[in-house]
Amino acid sequence: MSTETPETHDFNKGRSRTLEKADIFDYAKDPVNKAMTVEEKLKCFTDMVRIRKFEQAALQSYQKGKMGGFLHLYIGQEATAIGTTSVLGDNDHIITAYRDHGHALAVGMEMNECMAELFGKYTGCSKGKGGSMHYFDPEKGFWGGHGIVAGQTPLGAGLAFALKYKGIKGCAICYLGDGAINQGVFHESLNLASLWDIPVIYVIENNGYSMGTSQQRSSAFPEAGLAARANSYKINFDTVHGENLYEVRAKTNIAVQRAYEECRPSVLEIFTYRYYGHSIADANHQRYRTKEEIRHYQENKDPINVWEQILIEEGHLNVDKVKEIDKAAKEEAKAAIKFADESPFPPPQEMLSDVYHSVDNPGTHTNEGEIFFNDQLPF
Amino acid sequence: MAIITYRQALKDALAEEIERDENVFIMGEEVAQYNGAYKVTEGLWKRFGDKRVVDAPISEAGFIGLGIGASFLGLRPVIEMMFFSFVYVAWDQAVNNASTVRYMSGGKVNCPIVIRGPANGGTNVGATHSHTPENMIANFPGLKVVCPATPADVKGLMKSSIRDNDPVFFMESTLLYGNEGEVPEDEDYLIPLGKADIKREGSDITLIAHGGCVLTALKAAEKLKKDNNVDCEVVDLRSIRPLDKATILKSVKKTNRVLLIEENKPFCGIGAQISHMIQREAFDYLDAPVHRISSVDSPAIYSPPIEKIQVPDARLVMREVRNILQIKA
Repeated sequence: MSTETPETHDFNKGRSRTLEKADIFDYAKDPVNKAMTVEEKLKCFTDMVRIRKFEQAALQSYQKGKMGGFLHLYIGQEATAIGTTSVLGDNDHIITAYRDHGHALAVGMEMNECMAELFGKYTGCSKGKGGSMHYFDPEKGFWGGHGIVAGQTPLGAGLAFALKYKGIKGCAICYLGDGAINQGVFHESLNLASLWDIPVIYVIENNGYSMGTSQQRSSAFPEAGLAARANSYKINFDTVHGENLYEVRAKTNIAVQRAYEECRPSVLEIFTYRYYGHSIADANHQRYRTKEEIRHYQENKDPINVWEQILIEEGHLNVDKVKEIDKAAKEEAKAAIKFADESPFPPPQEMLSDVYHSVDNPGTHTNEGEIFFNDQLPF
Repeated sequence: MAIITYRQALKDALAEEIERDENVFIMGEEVAQYNGAYKVTEGLWKRFGDKRVVDAPISEAGFIGLGIGASFLGLRPVIEMMFFSFVYVAWDQAVNNASTVRYMSGGKVNCPIVIRGPANGGTNVGATHSHTPENMIANFPGLKVVCPATPADVKGLMKSSIRDNDPVFFMESTLLYGNEGEVPEDEDYLIPLGKADIKREGSDITLIAHGGCVLTALKAAEKLKKDNNVDCEVVDLRSIRPLDKATILKSVKKTNRVLLIEENKPFCGIGAQISHMIQREAFDYLDAPVHRISSVDSPAIYSPPIEKIQVPDARLVMREVRNILQIKA
């Protein structure tokens, strides 16, 4: 176990992580932030709190044995999902990896359907067929929820490619973790995005560890930073302090405008931090980082606290209002658990629907013959 | 009906579907300016331009994944694999993503993509370039697999595959591209996926094959008729998944004997599945055990004269039919 303090820990090398008060106000002056209404600012706060309360409730339910599999918590990273999606327009799309609860709630998916999905219930957003890592809501421009590290990176390019093909002014944000940048398919995607002028924005949510491995142990040139790899593909890139919602919004907006106006890709590396392990199964997360490091982030760089302080200083929020928002989010999460608990599991025959469009929509395809090969069924 | 090559029939299908639906485009290595490594797309770039015929760098995982993502928003990409063996570098995209996205989204996302290209051995290109992965692909619920043998079938099945809303893996053969045959010119000439075709009627034994092995079976059948007065029925599966179980069983029940022929390796090959199906559903009709012929169970050998006998040929089919029928050569 490392005994280094957060200030000397290798993790911080090559990362500029100081957030001065001046930065906050500089980014506050950015046009995209100046244009924010009080309601929009409060909505960002409320939605970050909702993500956190949802996940805290999910964690409790997991510990009670209400769900199986993995649970990758987003807690600590909320300003990334909320900040980036809050500058998007109607023709924009997002796609992410398996730490997807924050993005789902950020685009407006309901706590009920998200919680029910975790519980494996028929009322879940994917009818209980996807689970924690595989949320989808195409109508809200959310294309998953993908379980394989970097597997979503060419899909994100494809969404943006389709927009350009159809002549629609829009972009796709493809989120990935810091562990994904060493996958070959991410580099193939960057090359294609630049070569073909695809309006995709890759947002690297750098929470410091790819599961239990720091950048120092996984990147050959960590001092350069992860976003800098975009340079090899002639793609504009930037780094962002993930605890500062104003900065996240300002820099995302630059990338979005680049996509709209120049049809060019961007890479943003957002420095952030997860308070829990890689997944719920990562009980040993203190083997690769110290309690002090975790506490350091919670005390100094918590995205909700930072935004709360900004809004209090701006006079839009006070302690009572914070308590009220907190309480409402907690109650919403509690109600979601009740909803999930009381919902039915999918009927067994649901195993065989949503596999093929042609099976679910008879008469729409020139298909015949057998497509499932079960000698007998268990139901 | 015109007499054209398998390659031309395929190209006609692509061109007609590009013209018919603005969401259809072709993407792959050397498909545009080079005119296609096997000339399947020859002339299409000149005719349809950069938007509809897209040259991709050698990044199969990247451009297959991109095609899948584009298909979510309603495009219908036809992705060419220069060799189907190259799909392995894109396995996570082609198989994991394409097969699961509809299911995991509870039916909210569709993936209408076609991945096509030659999947055959017998051309002395060594083990890495000679794979026939239809059995592996067919193992994934969510995917469809088509293996046409004739010019008419390749056209009708390609047009159906492009119009299909599920991911279709369309496996051709470099050894078939030059073959000629009659092909309907109707722009809506569609052959349903999952419909087998009896390429030769017979009463003594059923030969079941797909892709290039259909021609091998037909050749053997002609020779067996001439040499031994044996009437073979040749069932061309055309489509692996969906699979025309009814036609298979009907033929087996008629002839009471069956030989399965495929270029796959034997272990978990297509024949293994069909053999199981026949023993389970037509056991009482069988007058002999189900036999099968596959490629010799080793990686594809380079040495040209030896590779010839590694993949099934008519001589081997004839030998096996005589074995089943207990005819002395």
